[in-house]
Amino acid sequence: MLARDEDILKAAEDWRKAGRGVALATVVETWGSAPRPVGSNLVIDEEGNFLGSVSGGCVEGAVVTEAIDVIGSGKPKMLEFGVADEAAWQVGLSCGGTIRVYVEKVS
Amino acid sequence: MKLDILHAVNEERAARRAVVIVTDVDTGAQRLVKAADAGKDSLAELIGKRLRMAKSGMEETAQGRVFLTVHVPSPRLVITGAVHISQALAPIGQLLGYDVTIVDPRTAFASVERFPDVKVIAEWPDVALPPLNVDHYTAFVALTHDPKIDDPALLHALKRDCFYIGALGSRKTHAKRVTRLKEAGLSDADMARIRAPIGLPIGAVSPAEIAVAIMGEITQALRTKGGAAEKSEAA
Repeated sequence: MLARDEDILKAAEDWRKAGRGVALATVVETWGSAPRPVGSNLVIDEEGNFLGSVSGGCVEGAVVTEAIDVIGSGKPKMLEFGVADEAAWQVGLSCGGTIRVYVEKVS
Repeated sequence: MKLDILHAVNEERAARRAVVIVTDVDTGAQRLVKAADAGKDSLAELIGKRLRMAKSGMEETAQGRVFLTVHVPSPRLVITGAVHISQALAPIGQLLGYDVTIVDPRTAFASVERFPDVKVIAEWPDVALPPLNVDHYTAFVALTHDPKIDDPALLHALKRDCFYIGALGSRKTHAKRVTRLKEAGLSDADMARIRAPIGLPIGAVSPAEIAVAIMGEITQALRTKGGAAEKSEAA
């Protein structure tokens, strides 16, 4: 079953209450063609488990990595992802848009 | 995000009340504004606008660059008629994130065997519907073909301002329905809010195809001009 927005936020709360380190990623800005609308959430724990999405699967891996950093430091981060250009192996959005994702620790 | 803010967001959502989270993206400072308190907030105008649009977004304010995360209640789907179409419509609705409830007083139809994973209430609409707190974030679909069941439910859905109201039946059946409901005191404007024949015109034949046509039309009402968000802005 697909996770709904409230399931994602409920999971964030439940995971934190269970003692796990948790971060919440939110799409805050999009330009051009973007896979998920502004406000979309991804919840991540310190082991890299996640629920929800901020793109169509293109950048989740990178967001999870950054989120684990945020869980460690406690400092929020603003991430930006655009189209993957000449560095074809770099993480990027194949649809050609740009998104900005805010990652914060649940504390 | 502080755990107490997250907890409050989840509580408000469970109670089907809208909330906005205001995040200063430069400092990480954050606060929660409940819809009921939005008018008193220092960003009342911006928050009010965002709530009406049901849209999250970045705003430049005197207090700095803030992100407003808007949470409005998730959509619900209420169906009268535990019929063949409902057996397809309910799981499609659930897949799209709707809380689905089926109302049908005919116990032979409204059985757990026919609807293993859906909330089914085997009561007449006048008993079943009021406790559901049908609201503007609800889509209502009448599928029984039986005026004794569908008519009172349609009256209830119109009164509660559902963002989508659809009723199964041919043009001829609907014309008779219009006559009955007008005798019950409804206006032409009320009748215009009922989508009939129901569903997008995709040539649907089987019950599952009709369910797809209905769910497509509900999605269109939710996401495009004249849908739920737009209507609440007008109100």
